[in-house]
This record gives sequence, structure tokens and C-alpha cells, in this order.
Amino acid sequence: MAAHLKKRVYEEFTKVVQQQQEEIATKKLRLTKPSKSAALHIDLCKATSPADALQYLLQFARKPVEAESVEGVVRILLEHYYKENDPSVRLKIASLLGLLSKTAGFSPDCIMDDAINILQNEKSHQVLAQLLDTLLAIGTKLPENQAIQMRLVDVACKHLTDTSHGVRNKCLQLLGNLGSLEKSVTKDGEGLAVRDVQKIIGDYFSDQDPRVRTAAIKAMLQLHERGLKLHQTIYNQACKLLSDDYEQVRSAAVQLIWVVSQLYPESIVPIPSSNEEIRLVDDAFGKICHMVSDGSWVVRVQAAKLLGSMEQVSCHFLEQTLDKKLMSDLRRKRTAHERAKELYSSGEFSSGRKWGDDAPKEEIDTGAVNLIESGACGAFVHGLEDEMYEVRIAAVEALCMLAQSSPSFAEKCLDFLVDMFNDEIEEVRLQSIHTMRKISNNITLREDQLDTVLAVLEDSSRDIREALHELLCCTNVSTKEGIHLALVELLKNLTKYPTDRDSIWKCLKFLGSRHPTLVLPLVPELLSTHPFFDTAEPDMDDPAYIAVLVLIFNAAKTCPTMPALFSDHTFRHYAYLRDSLSHLVPALRLPGRKLVSSAVSSSITPHEDPSHQFLQQSLERVYSLQHLDPQGTQELLELTIRDLQRLGELQSELAGVADFSATYLRCQLLLIKALQEKLWNVAAPLYLKQSDLASAAAKQIMEETYKMEFMYSGVENKQVVIIHHMRLQAKALQLIVTARTTRGVDPLFGMCEKFLQEVDFFQRCFIADLPHLQDSFVDKLLDLMPRLMTSKPVEVVKILQTMLRQSTFLHLPLPEQIHKASATIIEPAGESDNPLRFTSGLVVALDVDATLEHVQDPQNTVKVQVLYPDGQAQMIHPKPADFRNPGPGRHRLITQVYLSHTAWTEPCQVEVRLLLAYNSNSRIPKSPWIEGGEVSPQVETSIEGTIPFSKSVKVYIMPKPARR
Amino acid sequence: MPEIRVTPLGAGQDVGRSCILVSIAGKNVMLDCGMHMGFNDDRRFPDFSYITRNGRLTDFLDCVIISHFHLDHCGALPYFSEMVGYDGPIYMTHPTQAICPILLEDYRKIAVDKKGEANFFTSQMIKDCMKKVVAVHLHQTVQVDDELEIKAYYAGHVLGAAMFQIKVGSESVVYTGDYNMTPDRHLGAAWIDRCRPNLLITESTYATTIRDSKRCRERDFLKKVHEAVERGGKVLIPVFALGRAQELCILLETFWERMNLKAPIYFSTGLTEKANHYYKLFITWTNQKIRKTFVQRNMFEFKHIKAFDRAFADNPGPMVVFATPGMLHAGQSLQIFRKWAGNEKNMVIMPGYCVQGTVGHKILSGQRKLEMEGRQVLEVKMQVEYMSFSAHADAKGIMQLVGQAEPESVLLVHGEAKKMEFLKQKIEQEFRVNCYMPANGETVTLPTSPSIPVGISLGLLKREMAQGLLPDAKKPRLLHGTLIMKDSNFRLVSSEQALKELGLAEHQLRFTCRVHLHDPRKEQETAMRVYSHLKSMLKDHCVQHLPDGSVTVESILIQAAAHSEDPGTKVLLVSWTYQDEELGSYLTSLLKKGLPQAPS
Repeated sequence: MAAHLKKRVYEEFTKVVQQQQEEIATKKLRLTKPSKSAALHIDLCKATSPADALQYLLQFARKPVEAESVEGVVRILLEHYYKENDPSVRLKIASLLGLLSKTAGFSPDCIMDDAINILQNEKSHQVLAQLLDTLLAIGTKLPENQAIQMRLVDVACKHLTDTSHGVRNKCLQLLGNLGSLEKSVTKDGEGLAVRDVQKIIGDYFSDQDPRVRTAAIKAMLQLHERGLKLHQTIYNQACKLLSDDYEQVRSAAVQLIWVVSQLYPESIVPIPSSNEEIRLVDDAFGKICHMVSDGSWVVRVQAAKLLGSMEQVSCHFLEQTLDKKLMSDLRRKRTAHERAKELYSSGEFSSGRKWGDDAPKEEIDTGAVNLIESGACGAFVHGLEDEMYEVRIAAVEALCMLAQSSPSFAEKCLDFLVDMFNDEIEEVRLQSIHTMRKISNNITLREDQLDTVLAVLEDSSRDIREALHELLCCTNVSTKEGIHLALVELLKNLTKYPTDRDSIWKCLKFLGSRHPTLVLPLVPELLSTHPFFDTAEPDMDDPAYIAVLVLIFNAAKTCPTMPALFSDHTFRHYAYLRDSLSHLVPALRLPGRKLVSSAVSSSITPHEDPSHQFLQQSLERVYSLQHLDPQGTQELLELTIRDLQRLGELQSELAGVADFSATYLRCQLLLIKALQEKLWNVAAPLYLKQSDLASAAAKQIMEETYKMEFMYSGVENKQVVIIHHMRLQAKALQLIVTARTTRGVDPLFGMCEKFLQEVDFFQRCFIADLPHLQDSFVDKLLDLMPRLMTSKPVEVVKILQTMLRQSTFLHLPLPEQIHKASATIIEPAGESDNPLRFTSGLVVALDVDATLEHVQDPQNTVKVQVLYPDGQAQMIHPKPADFRNPGPGRHRLITQVYLSHTAWTEPCQVEVRLLLAYNSNSRIPKSPWIEGGEVSPQVETSIEGTIPFSKSVKVYIMPKPARR
Repeated sequence: MPEIRVTPLGAGQDVGRSCILVSIAGKNVMLDCGMHMGFNDDRRFPDFSYITRNGRLTDFLDCVIISHFHLDHCGALPYFSEMVGYDGPIYMTHPTQAICPILLEDYRKIAVDKKGEANFFTSQMIKDCMKKVVAVHLHQTVQVDDELEIKAYYAGHVLGAAMFQIKVGSESVVYTGDYNMTPDRHLGAAWIDRCRPNLLITESTYATTIRDSKRCRERDFLKKVHEAVERGGKVLIPVFALGRAQELCILLETFWERMNLKAPIYFSTGLTEKANHYYKLFITWTNQKIRKTFVQRNMFEFKHIKAFDRAFADNPGPMVVFATPGMLHAGQSLQIFRKWAGNEKNMVIMPGYCVQGTVGHKILSGQRKLEMEGRQVLEVKMQVEYMSFSAHADAKGIMQLVGQAEPESVLLVHGEAKKMEFLKQKIEQEFRVNCYMPANGETVTLPTSPSIPVGISLGLLKREMAQGLLPDAKKPRLLHGTLIMKDSNFRLVSSEQALKELGLAEHQLRFTCRVHLHDPRKEQETAMRVYSHLKSMLKDHCVQHLPDGSVTVESILIQAAAHSEDPGTKVLLVSWTYQDEELGSYLTSLLKKGLPQAPS
């Protein structure tokens, strides 16, 4: 055998060499690499002791093995396996077999026989378990091969009686993963005994080892995941496991019960110790509810989570989860919630003054009190009060899901959710606020609940406050007092945290438009108008006053009687706010004045909006210029850019479009300017000094094009072509400038080559769009391509120069929706005069809090940059978890940046800003050409870079020398 | 018959003076050693003479366990150990060990210095007593002696409160002390594993109450304080120094932090500062939130809560003051109350129960004019609020704990008899276990059937395993072996090994039996017939016909001989060793039935 083996090894060795000879020169490197299997064989033969062999195997395992040599390696490993006495080495070999059989492109059916063979002679339990694992890997690799699967299942069944839990575990795992689905079994019996995998696994539910029990349940769940329909009989078995001593068993059992309840929701099961019967899903719900008060928090989390997805449960059971019958000294007591409700309905405010206000009322029949109901009683009450916040969060989530599917439940769970607003952990508070928002369609807040909700507005966490504002946006309030209360609290919030201004205004906008009739009676009070006296005109710049106006104007939109209550200055203020805060103040039909214009404005679509028209017109004006004299063109471009920028500032919804176009125009302006330089005509040597402007222009155009490509969301392919085209022009400019400034031809060769490659690349990427680019730079360029390819660099440059000058201005089609990515750093505020002191060499953590708008995939693109005074720049990649997503298109980055530096003599400022990282590869549309692999990777210029997109903030720091 | 005996010396159908004697498998343990708040005479301490009239206590008790530092659980400890005389070990958790002496000293001061009692324990006695304490960690199994071991579980309630499992061999008792199944702002919930003790001794203070969600309570409390502070009023919260005070402090502190409030919060000095110090130290005993965040900031390092000075009470503007004692009967809280009572903007919040006769009780029952000493009349204009913050498990909580521990029987202490009755009935009904509620001095005896572990030799086990299927945990299984009892341990070994170990020679024990058969034929033929008969009957066994004419079935020998007197009758001699008794007797009975008629 050894001789044969050796021969085999050499065979392979030579084979590899032969192959290489045939192959192209670039892959020559492989020649030096000996065959894997040969090396391994030599190593293993050298090994004198098991420890040595193990070492070699470990080393071997560090490197990947190519698919073609896997089989050889496997043979050698098996050979050693037979010879090896030491179980640890055998174990390693077994695990290697498993790893190798997972290699892509290798079909492991050839080694299965051997694996099963060695399995039968193996004595060590650990090795057995490992071998079964290997078989599992093989089996999962060959999901179509029924016969192999059957065989493996047979093997697993045989070893199920092993005394070691590890082996039994693996067998069950194997059964779960490979156990055949019923249908296929009946179709091709093929002589193999048809096994009822479910029954076999089910038998191990009562194994003596908890690990095996868990594995059995997991295997069952695995079967379910693979699409096998579990029998209903499993339900009873699983129920018994709920009282297992071990938490992992209980946890898995809860899952299994859930699965069965989803499979057979409508089956009827008897209630033990009585003659009644209930639906299975209800029974399961009750059982899982019971697990919410389990001893282990892992199980509690699991149970609470699963409760949320049991939507078929009957209302009656669902509502019990919120019910915990209170009693005191055997007398029935009402919950605080009930009391609050009663006080509210009887029209009284909560007094809370009296002692014994909560005194228990009626006597309870002692027999009727059931202290631990088997049913769903109070599951959520317990879950929400749990010690571990994981459980509480799971419970809140479950409440949310159930409430979304059942309006009546939503109404009932409101009190509990409101209570969660006072949880000690912020995450839980936040979660419950979000939950409330999600179910807010189904509910109307009572005044006392609103009171509690509003109390949270004073929370010092911005997250919480903003979430609450979002909640208030979509909340239904029942009374005018409620609206008043909300307004008062929001104004209080505004004075306490002025930074919340925008969020509060937005909140009031929705509050107003949702409750016009409730706002109406409040108007005189809110505007402090008096029937007889003129009151002082409020300060128009007061954010609180604006807040009130936003509420009123939005309510007035659907309430035509309201404007009658306004005083003169209110109308003036309306006109002002309508212009300055147009996104918050709707167009109103005001009596008498501006009736016509407002009537028009209410009916127009955004496209007919005057500002939009203006944008269109100014752009068209620019595009129509072709034959103007250069001076006029420049002026017009400058003017238009200025107009667009102003427009962007004024009209926030048009900001994206305006900026985008302005940037494009600026690129064009730069290009024109660069080409207008008189210096083009000057002889090369004189040109040297003045080349700055042109090359700077080229560089800037490049930067701007990257910004255009990556900083805007909603950019379509149409725009990308134009942007790339502009970039190509910039590159041409760069080439020309370099050609003029450098002496000698040698460096030019490379540059020309590269440029031509890029043109080629451009052509291939945007082949579909080329027809749109008639008469453009690239169009002409491509016409001349054959000539360029053959001509010398100097000629190329000349051609390029003339073409650049002749090229026309491409029309940039505007995308439907375009938004510029922007970021604002909220913290650090950069106003502190106290330097952040820390010992040099150690780190100091700086909290960074920023809002990001319209950033796609911020987890990968947004970076934090720290610039030290010595010019050193540091880039920090925030963790994905640091990003929150409070709303569509918005992100919030809350992270910590670690600063460190050597000692300074005095405090100095470092700059912190946010960068947007980009990779030019990501945007390029994949054409079949590229996928075909015909493009060599060098041409694909993947340019990675960053664009700063926030204002930088200065932070005062002071690294002190370390004290010795 | 082994048994567990439990005798409450205090806390039997009563609250206060917790002291329970347990004897389990010959070991005597005393659980808690408390005093009674309600009495000032001899009744305030448990009657230790019950344990022994004239002998030394140390000889009768193996150990004393203290569950937590409340005086009704540890108040009598110095008296018991120093004055009555006990030198054995006293077990308690680390926080209890730290805080207990402070409270004892305080108690002593009030009793001796204020009330002028004589014959009370001294400071030195407290110190000496504490020297006998052995501190234990949570879930640490402590060997008191070779057989007795104890283990502490987390109980919530107050800092350092623990439940104890007392175990001798396979018999065990769990004593809960006071515990809380719902977590609060500073402590977690009680937890016990499924230890299945023979007896669970649980408190039952709230046996007939199911409490409302704690969140409502907290919210109410915060709202009231917040409103009062916002309208510029002063809030007085009379508390006892330890326990609830810390919870309320944390509650207010976090609220102040969240809401960015500026009004000062004060805590009257003295005891509290020391206690807070311990709360800071024993962070592992607090709840999840505090444990997880203490690296950033220890929650007990209060930012907003400062030490109170007498002069602050007259400061203008809103403030919140925690002051001791909790029932407004004396001391600082009363002083401040008198200063602030006149202003309707102010508020007093009573967070706990008040005993009749105290100012606290009067104002809670609605009295607005109080007669103070010196015939002064104090008009109370300030708002009076009541909030109940209590850290005992309610009925549901108790049931939950019983469910978690799965005891064989339950014993209720530390509660009122009437309420216990209800809970007892519930426990018996739900869990189908026995439930007891002895009064003080009444003994409950529980018979136990302890399981006795027997070691089996591996050889024997393997041999037995080889014979049959895998052992099934749920089914009893018969096996042959020899039980050796030596130095109070039991071993099951194979008989050969037992003989070897004991140095005995093996005695063969053979049973022989004669069976008369009416068969006129020759002996050989008879033997042949017997052989063929047996061969057909016993298919599973190895039946052989030996050349000397005898038949063997396994190791059983059958020989046929002619009867000396009657040649027509053959005598079958059946002989077997006692190991084959089963088969042997079966064979004889088979042969006695006679052989079937020869087919020819």
C-alpha cells in the first residue's frame, strides 16, 4: 500500500508540473509549490510521536487546499488514520476530513465509504463524534443524493445507542439535518428500511443526558426547518420537557411548542384535570406564558419573544396576559390602572391625597383565587417587571407585535407600555416609545396616560425625546385639554433643550393637522387675543411662538373657521413663516388677502412650483448657451451657480437638485476657465509657472465629480454617465497639462496608455448610454480611437487638446429624487474653553454625536476623522452598532472616538469631522463584459477616497506628560 | 425512621423575632436570631432556654444562620452568643456581616442610652459576637462539619439578604428568610435552583396579597415629588436608614438625572453614610442595571443627593429631604416636619407602615391638628402622601418560589396565622405537598426517607451492562452482587471480590433433589428421554448429554439411577448450586410433572 501511495504522490507531483508547462507564463509561480498531499505524506511519515503528527496536522490545517488535490490529501489522511493509535491524532484527522469535504468544487461522495468504514471500527467516543460530524459535512454537501442520505441516517441510528452523550448528540444532529422527508421515503424505498425519523428523535426526548435531550429537540426543529411536517403527537412530549431541570432543554422545548402551535393552531387538546378542551394554539400560548416566569432568564427571553408571534391566539387568552388579579388581605383590589381609568371617566383628577385611596373593596372567595394559573395570566405583567432588561425588551417587542394584530389588545396594553416609559434602562424606554408609535393607529391616549407620556419629554436623552416627538406626531388625543397639555409640555421641553427646536416644530405640525377641531377652541388662548383689547405683538423670532403658530396654522388648514380668530399680526406672521418655514406651514385659504395666489398654490403640483420652474429655467438657459463668447458663458455660469445655491438654501426640498446642478455647472465653469487660459498658446518652457491654475482646476473637477457621484442619494445611471464623462475630461486636461510641463517623452507613454485604457473602460461600462452622448468629448474621442492608439504621445496630447476645446456642454438630466448627504456634529459642540486633559500615551474618549441625512449604508461609508495640530490625521471607523436609524433617510451616529498624543506644552485644538468613504467600483454598473472576465483587473481603476461632508468641530485637548 | 424536626422559637404565626430551630439527620441548626419590635420585656428575645435548661448551647447547636441584617432577624444575636453563651459558628453573607453590627450598635444605643435599660448587651459584646461570624458567598457550599453543609442563594429584600439551603446527606431544608420576587431599583429578584429540598421554610408576610405593578407605584411617587418640587415646595420623606431608603434614593437620583432637575436632595447623615458606603462596596449584590453600569459610574455615588445639615431646613426654594426615623416619632424627621408642616406647598411622603401612636400614623389617618409636647398645637397644612414600598414576596411570588424549588413539603413562618391559613390551603391544592404552619414552640416532625448511596464496583456494573440493554433511568433493574457495609459506607461488589476482600473461602452450596420417575426402562434410556424432553422444553438453555450418562442443563446436573427397591421406578438426581436456584427449582418442578409418553 505504501508503495502504491508513493507512486500516487509522485504521479500527482508530475501531473502538476505538466499542467503548468502548458499554462501561460503568468502562473509560473506555482511551480515552486509542491503538491499538498506529498508534503503532508512526507511530514506524517517523519512524525515519530503522536504529538509530532498532531503538530504537522495542525500546521497543515492552517493553509487552504485546492479542490483538485483534496482527494489525494484525503487518501493520505485515511491511510494514517488506520495506522494511528493515538485518539487525539485520529480526532484531528477526522476533523480535517470534515473540513476538506467542505472544500468548494470537491465532491465528497468518494470518501464517504471510507468514513463509514472507519466509523465502524472506532472505539474512542470523541473520535466517533468527530467522525459523525464529518459525515454530517459530507451529507450536507450532497443534498440530492438520496441513497447516501439514507445510508448516513442508518449509520446515525446505529450509533444512537452509544453511551457517550457526544456521539448521541452528533447522531441526532445528523438525523435532524439529513433525516429524509416523508414523501421521498415513500417514493423510493429501495430496500432500505423506511425509518420514522421523527419517532426516533422523539424517543431521545427522555434521554438521561440533558445535552442529548437538547440535541433531540434541536434536531426536531431542524427537521421542521427543512420542511418536514412535525406530528402533532410531539406536542405532548414537548410539554413535558417544559418542566425539565435544565434551562437549555426548556428553552429548546419552548421553541418546539411554538413551532407545533403554528403548525396545528386549530387542533383541540384536552385540559388535564377537567373535561374541557381548548385550541392547541391557546394551550401552547398558556404554556409559553407560564415560562415567562421561569427561573432562568434565557428561557424567559425566549418565551417572551415567541409570544409576540402567536397571532392566532384567542382574544380571551391574549387579554389575560395583562391581567393580574390584585388582592389585599383576601379582598379584591383594583389596579392603579383601573383606578386611573375610573377617576378619568368620573371626571375627577387623580387625587392621590387620601391614605387608603387604594383600599381594597370586596371580599374574595378564597376558593376561587387561583394563585398560579396554568393559563396566560399576567405573563406580560411579569415580563415587563423582570429583573433582566433583555426580558423586558423581549416582552415589549412581543406586546408590540400582538397589539399590531389586535386593536382591542392594543387599547389594553397601553397602560403597561406607558409605564415602561419610566424604565431604568434607556434602551427599554426607547423600545417602548417606538412600540407605542407603531401601534398608535389603534389607540387614543387618555389624558392621564398622555400626562405620563409627556412627563418623559424632560428626559435628558435626546434619543428618547426625539422618539417621543415622533410618537406624538402620530398620536390621537381625545380632548382639547390633552392638546393644550401636550403643547405646554412641548414648550417646556423647548425652553429646556433648545436644540430640539426642529423636532418639536415638526411634532406640532402633525399634532395640529391631526386635531383641527380640538385646536380650534384653544386658539384665542394660544394667541392670547382679547375680544376688546389689542395685545402686544409677540416676538416673531421666539421659537416658542413659532411653535404655537405652527400648531395653529396646520390645524387651520382643514378648519376654515379658524382664520377668523386671528389678529392682524398673525396674518403677517403667517406670510413670513410660509416663506421662511415652508415645510412646516401649509398654504392656507385666508379670507380677503392673497386668496387668488393661495388658491393657486394649493392646487399646483410640485413640478409647477415657481421655485422649481425657476430652477428649470435657469438650467435651460445655461444649456442653451453653446455659441456664446467665452466671457459671456463664464458670467452666465457664475450667475446661475449663485442662483442655484441661493435657491438651495431657501427651498430645502430643492436643495439636493440645486446643489447637484450647481456642482456640475461649477465643474463646467472650471473646465472652461482652464481652457480659456491664454497660456495654451505660449511656448512650453514659459508655461511652467502658470500651469498651476489648470492643473488645480483638473484636480478640483475630479474631486467635485466624486462628490457628485457619491454624496447624493438617488443618482441614476443617466447622471453617472455624465459625471464620468466630466471626469474623463478632467483627466484629459490633466494629461495635457502634464504633457506641457514635463520634459521628455518617457513618462508620457505611461500616462497616455492609462488614459486610453480609461477611455476604453468608459466605453465598455456605458456602452448603452453612448448614443445620448452625441457630439460630446467622448463621442469624438471614440471616433478617433484607432488613430490615437497608434499615434505617439505628443500627437495624442495635441488631438486631445483640440477636442477638449471643441467639445460641447452636456445636458445633465435631473433625477427624480436627489438628496445631498449631509452631517451635523451635535457633540462635541466645540465651544468649551476647558481643555480635555489626559496623560500622554494614554487615551481619552471623546463622545461624538452626529446626525446624518441621506447617507446610504452609513455603517460602511461614514468615518470620523481627527486632525491633530501637527498635521497628523487619524481615521476612525465607527462600529455598526453606533448608528441608529430614527427615520427614513436619517441616521444618527453616537460613538466614542479615542484620542491620544504625545505630551504637549499647552492645550491645543484638534479638529473632528465626518468623512464619507467611497469606492468607485461600487457604482459602476456590471456589464456582461466585466463578468465575462475579459477585463484585466488593472484597468478597473478602483479609486477609494473620502469626502468630508460635515463641518469640522474643534476640540480643545491637552495631553499632559506622564508623571513619573 | 429518620425525620426532620422544626420548632419556631419566634416568627411562628407571627412577624418579628425570627428564630427557628431545625434538626435534620441529627444536626441542630438555628435559623435567624431576631428580636421583637413590639415588646420591651423578656418577650422581645426568643426563649433560648427551650434549647437547653442547663447545658451549654454550643453542645446542642451545630451552627446559627442569619439570613439578613434586619433586627427582627439578627437583633438577639449578641444576647444569644455573649450573654446566654454560644461559641459555635454563626453564618451570614458578607454584606450582612458588615452592616449587622452597625444596626446592633444603633439598637443598643437607643435601648441603653435613650431608654436607660440595664442588663443589655454592650458594644464589646457586639464586637465579640461578630468575631464568631463566618461569612459566606452566594452559591458557595460551606461545610459546617463533615456532614452538614449550607449554601446561600440570593433573596433580594435588602442588601445581602440570602436564602439558605441546609443539607445533610441527601436530606435538605431551605430557609428563605425574607425575600422579594420582583426586582426593585437597587436589588434583583430572589432566585433558587430546582434543589428539591425535603422542606421549604418560607416567610409569608404577604400571604393574602397580590401586589400591583411596581411601576405604577414608582411613577406615582416620582410624579408627586416632581410636582411638589416644581411648585417650589419642600418634600420630606421619613425613612429608616437602610433598605427602602436606598431604593428611593436611586429612584430619585436617576429621575433627577433623566429630567435634569436642579432642586437639591438631602439625606440626613449618620447611619446612612456608613450604610451607603457598604452599598457602594457590595455592588455584586445589587440588580442588573447597577452591576452593569458601575464601571462607568457607581449608582450609589449620588450626584444629586448630598448630606443634610440642620441649617438647610430653613433654606428657601424647593428641596427633597430623606430623614430618619421613618415613623416621624422622634429625631430629625420630626424636627423637619415641625418646621415645614405649616406651608401647604410642602409635602410629606410616608413610604412605609407607621405604628399606632406615632406622628406618622396620626397624620396618615387624616389628623390635621397635632398636639406636640408642651401643649403646643401644630397645624398641618402640608400635603400628606402615603406610598407603600415593601420588599416582601406577595402570594404569587411565594407560589413562584415554591414552584422553582419543588420542595416535598412547605412550612410557613413570619406571617399572621389567618393569612397563612389561606396560603397553606393554596399550596396544598396547587402543588399537592404538605404544608405546615407551627406556632411558636410547636414542633413539626417530618418523616423522611433518605436515599442511601451505594457504590458499585465497575467490574460488576460492566458485567451487568453486558448482559442486558442499556440502563434506563426510569426503570428499576435487578442485579446480583454482594453488599458490603464497612465504616458507614456501602459498596456493591461481585461475590468473588467480596470473598477476596473479606478473606473468606468460597463455599459451594448445592441443592440436590431426587425425583422419582416411573420408568421401567434402563437408566441410560431414561437419561436419553430426560435429555430429549428437556432439550425440547428449554430452548434457550444449553442442554447436554454427557458420555457418562448424565444430563446437564447449564451447570445443573441430572443423573438417573435405578431405584434400589423398585426397578420400575427410576430416581433422577438433580443437583444445582444456589446461584442457579431459579433454574434448578424450575427444572425439578418440570421433571416432577413427569416425562411425556414416549412416542414409541
